[in-house]
Amino acid sequence: MYKIETKGLNTFYGKTQVLKSISLSIEANTVTSFIGPSGCGKSTLLRCFNRMNDIVQNFHMNGSITIDGRDIYREKIDVIAHRKKVGMVFQKANPFPMSIYENVAYGLRVNNIKHQKFLDETVEKSLRMAALWDEVKDSLHKAAVNLSVGQQQRLCIARALAVEPSIVLMDEPASALDPISTAKIEELIYELKKKYTILVVTHNMQQAARISDKTAFIYMGELIEFDDTKKLFTAPKSEQTENYITGRFG
Amino acid sequence: MNHLHNEIKKLKSSFIEMLDLIKIQVVNSNQSLIKFDKDLAGEVVFNEKRVNAFELKIDKDCESIFALFNPVANDLRFVLSTLKSNSNLERMGDNAEGIAAFVLDLDSAFHPDIIKELELDRMSNICIDMLENVKLAYANDDTESARELFEKDEELNSLNNKANQLISKYILENPENIDNLLRLLILVRKIERTGDLIKSIAEEIIFYVEANVIRHGKNTIKGVN
Repeated sequence: MYKIETKGLNTFYGKTQVLKSISLSIEANTVTSFIGPSGCGKSTLLRCFNRMNDIVQNFHMNGSITIDGRDIYREKIDVIAHRKKVGMVFQKANPFPMSIYENVAYGLRVNNIKHQKFLDETVEKSLRMAALWDEVKDSLHKAAVNLSVGQQQRLCIARALAVEPSIVLMDEPASALDPISTAKIEELIYELKKKYTILVVTHNMQQAARISDKTAFIYMGELIEFDDTKKLFTAPKSEQTENYITGRFG
Repeated sequence: MNHLHNEIKKLKSSFIEMLDLIKIQVVNSNQSLIKFDKDLAGEVVFNEKRVNAFELKIDKDCESIFALFNPVANDLRFVLSTLKSNSNLERMGDNAEGIAAFVLDLDSAFHPDIIKELELDRMSNICIDMLENVKLAYANDDTESARELFEKDEELNSLNNKANQLISKYILENPENIDNLLRLLILVRKIERTGDLIKSIAEEIIFYVEANVIRHGKNTIKGVN
């Protein structure tokens, strides 16, 4: 069984159709990159997986998205609980105005977890998984906003991991970072896929090539090509994909 | 046209220039052997330095494109193929130099009857024709012309086989001349080897245009392993 499957997914903002009949299947513990020009619908697709589009006015969709075999739009699901299972990291690091510790523990606290030892252990485990522990272990109670932007982004990843998701969505997670911080995030993604299924939207084609097992090229709302990254970047089947990745358009 | 595609265009021009240089080397080395022309042979040996310098330049250009532009898809395949074909051209240059150096070492010409019977002129013409066609195929991304070269290589191979038999016969009949005849065998093989190297370039052209690997009998259809 695939971890994530979409079938004939169409999405609309009011009367404007954004995604057109998207069907794809994603295996567990893989990294999938979504590439395509700005406005092609890749972020909309990413946000469908944790139902974040629900909060956008006039958003509606048809088709299906199943995660672990459950249709996340048809079956009665608790959306809040669902978003715990599908964590998200955004382009711009957005630490809460509180300490490093509290940022990571935030998701647990809103879930009413108060057991201090469990909180301590989860914060440490999450920071370790986000490759940030060694850098912040002596300043856990200092303000998170004082971290560098790269550290803030890894903190956001730690915060997403603390509630134990099985899928992590990343919307251009390294686009605002310097090359060293970008390399750390990419290394982290590679490590995290052992435990999580990761979906990444990126404008950086080389990043998609470096980090992902599969790559999907989306153009004007259509899934033009979805294939092994190696194949897509060496011998794409579609001429449109070839023209896009070689910079001949887009 | 973006920066990468300008660099790729320049690389293509350089490779074509190198092909022209190699063609001159092949023509002159073969003619120096057929006509026992030591001046021509000397020219080939002298020009080998230019071939080597050109090879290094193209290698460096490919390296820069990889490092600076991270090419993908057909751009990646093109640069990879050009890099490999560049080595093949350089080896053709080595073969030409090898033939010329041998001519310079010879005390006297081979008997014209042997040269005629071995059809060295024909072999040489096929090589030159192949070089001209591989240049057109490369310049125009023309895989049909590239495929036509396989047949020509077969023709060279059969002439080489025929030459082997003839030289064996000559050795049996003239055992006192065995040294020179064995050397001649090596020279014929060098000419034949040029055909093999051109065929490899043709395979690379098919690879970069169609993403189709046909080396070692592989025939992968685009997108399917």
